[in-house]
Amino acid sequence: MMVQVLDVLSWLSIAAGLFFMVVGTVGILRLPDVYTRLHAAGMTDTMGAGFLLLGMALQAVEGVSLGEVSYGFVLVRLVFVYAFLLFTSPIATHALARAGLAGGVEPWTNEEEGEG
Amino acid sequence: MFLVATIGILVTMSLALIRALLGPTVYDRVLAVNTFGTKTVLLIAALGFLTERPEFLDLALVYALINFIGTIAVLKFFEYGDLGLTRRVEREAE
Repeated sequence: MMVQVLDVLSWLSIAAGLFFMVVGTVGILRLPDVYTRLHAAGMTDTMGAGFLLLGMALQAVEGVSLGEVSYGFVLVRLVFVYAFLLFTSPIATHALARAGLAGGVEPWTNEEEGEG
Repeated sequence: MFLVATIGILVTMSLALIRALLGPTVYDRVLAVNTFGTKTVLLIAALGFLTERPEFLDLALVYALINFIGTIAVLKFFEYGDLGLTRRVEREAE
């Protein structure tokens, strides 16, 4: 019973993670300039990666509950991967935005609203 | 089911590659490569579960760090034209 519940939860969160990954990547493709694309990329990094790793972590919990102790270490590694992503993704995004501004990329504005 | 996750991640990776190829400015390309790297981390993790060898997560950990350092290094390179010499020369000039 426990195993099935964990299975369903993990597949649900993996599906949610894939959804956010696809949405974020389509955003990277379709949004008009670097700064708006950074926003979409941030979504893949937090929501997409977060839900995917959560799904994998639930699989690891299922492994532990089935008596395979080695999956405990897998769980720890998944937490570490997410912790690293949590630290590096905002720093990289911030550095990119600053580098873009320093490199003279004008932020996109909606022309219909006049001056930007 | 991890097969679906792997294929989905591969599809989004190829979409990110399109942006890396199209990207009008160099920052678009760096952004695309950065997200490509994040997706590679997830792909390695999903592949580890798919092949039932979750030890692959060690590779994912290392890749996450290398990807971050690579992005920062490339950005610094495009901002200053080199990897730190400019700052040192400025400091010595003062």
